[in-house]
Amino acid sequence: MTVTGLSCKECGTEYPLEALYVCDRCFGPLEVGYDHAGIDAGSARRRIQAGSSGIWRYADFLPFASPPTSAIEPGLTPLVRADRLAEQLGVGEVWIKNDAANPTHSFKDRVVAVALAKALELGFDTVACASTGNLANAVAAHAAAAGIDSYVFVPANLEEQKLLATGVYGTTLVGVEGNYDDVNRLCTELAAERGWAFVNVNVRPYYAEGSKTLAYETVEQLGWRLPDRVVCPIASGSLFTKIGRGFEEWRSLGLVAGGLPIFHGAQAAGCGPVAAAFADGDDVCRPVRPDTIAKSLAIGDPADGPYALDLARTSGGSIDAVSDDEIRAGIRLLAETTGIFTETAGGVTAATLAKLADRGEIGADDSVVVYITGEGLKTLDAVREGFAMHEIEPTLESFAAHVPERGAVAAPALTRMI
Amino acid sequence: MAVKVKIPAQLRPATGGEGEIEVEAETVGGALDAVFAKHDGLRERITEDGDLRRFVNVYVSGEDIRFQDGLETAVEDGAEVTILPAVAGG
Ligand SMILES: Cc1ncc(COP(=O)(O)O)c(C=O)c1O
Ligand SMILES: [Zn+2]
Repeated sequence: MTVTGLSCKECGTEYPLEALYVCDRCFGPLEVGYDHAGIDAGSARRRIQAGSSGIWRYADFLPFASPPTSAIEPGLTPLVRADRLAEQLGVGEVWIKNDAANPTHSFKDRVVAVALAKALELGFDTVACASTGNLANAVAAHAAAAGIDSYVFVPANLEEQKLLATGVYGTTLVGVEGNYDDVNRLCTELAAERGWAFVNVNVRPYYAEGSKTLAYETVEQLGWRLPDRVVCPIASGSLFTKIGRGFEEWRSLGLVAGGLPIFHGAQAAGCGPVAAAFADGDDVCRPVRPDTIAKSLAIGDPADGPYALDLARTSGGSIDAVSDDEIRAGIRLLAETTGIFTETAGGVTAATLAKLADRGEIGADDSVVVYITGEGLKTLDAVREGFAMHEIEPTLESFAAHVPERGAVAAPALTRMI
Repeated sequence: MAVKVKIPAQLRPATGGEGEIEVEAETVGGALDAVFAKHDGLRERITEDGDLRRFVNVYVSGEDIRFQDGLETAVEDGAEVTILPAVAGG
């Protein structure tokens, strides 16, 4: 597939493949366009299967004239069949796409690898981003591996784990007093003044393409078939809509047959502008001021909100919002049934799956792929005080005295909450 | 009130390259109208049927006008009105 140019999603005006992201004519977002003609499904499949064991195996569907290379190659994360979770929820089949198993432990490695490769191709020597945390980790790491400078802007009150896992790569880390939307506004202004590639501002059309690889992997790992349904978290809505685009591209090219999956979006109630617009029947989102433990999803003014609403509606899906307590329970549910420890964003996604099952919207006849996009070790506060530790002397007597038989409850005085 | 309206790079072709335009106005909507009076080409780029297009964000001294009174938001003397594309982030 040949990448042809950028075009405005709103009015169709075309632009060259440069560091552009806004339509001059109507201010709409620009998106990468491809020429699908002449693609033969059989040979495309063979090229993929003979490719690398990461996202560059899908180079034919990414915005490059020739396949890129990168110091860090994300992708091909496990798709795990979660029968214990499915049984607990009364759902036919649940598959967990565990994208915490990426180099910096979130799906953001995919979008950053694509954005950085494009930035280098366009001649940039510095990359930057506005981040809710995971993007910060990825930009700092990939820039370090490529040997180029980076500037990472985050809300100053981010989780300590995410700050530390950014600073360690030797980036210029900037903590902004304000929420993510303030950081994003600042970066939009800075992008116009500095000659840097802001991965999610001036090179965002390329960045966004990276999320399509989650759809491609899902299809390949399911044995070249489409899932019936997906559950996916929404912050800006880019991930959600690009997974949709990935499935659509492969359907239209004949790489996979069947209907478009039903798309279920997941947001936190403390920052759910897309879920609120879905519930109200609106086609644009009213911005909100975020107040949730799911900081990675705390975007109050989601750029792709209208497109996420469109995908949820046209596919016959939904967009839900879950409370902070439901998020904590979602993290525990996933950990206890699958052995996968996810961060708060994954808690939002797992809790949304549970809610859909509870409502009967997903049931015994359904197969669903759940996108778990981040790592639990980055948001430890979400599980703090959640369980007790038995503290004992290193003797058999102490063990017998303090640790109850399975199923029995220890006296609270003998344990410490951690 | 004397207000400064900041024009993003993408719209400067419509203002003859000007990035900051001083106008007199009482509200954000009034400030934008005053800018349109000087540079008519700008109107259709960022508005549609009298409303802001859906990918246009406007801030008064850093605060999104949708958290205030929208185009009716009052502006103080010396305020900065910033127009930015709403298509970044994530
Ligand atoms: C772990 C995780 N999941 C999902 C998302 C949502 O991404 P998007 O902004 O593309 O909707 C983010 C965004 O920061 C994230 O960090
Ligand atoms: Zn346009």
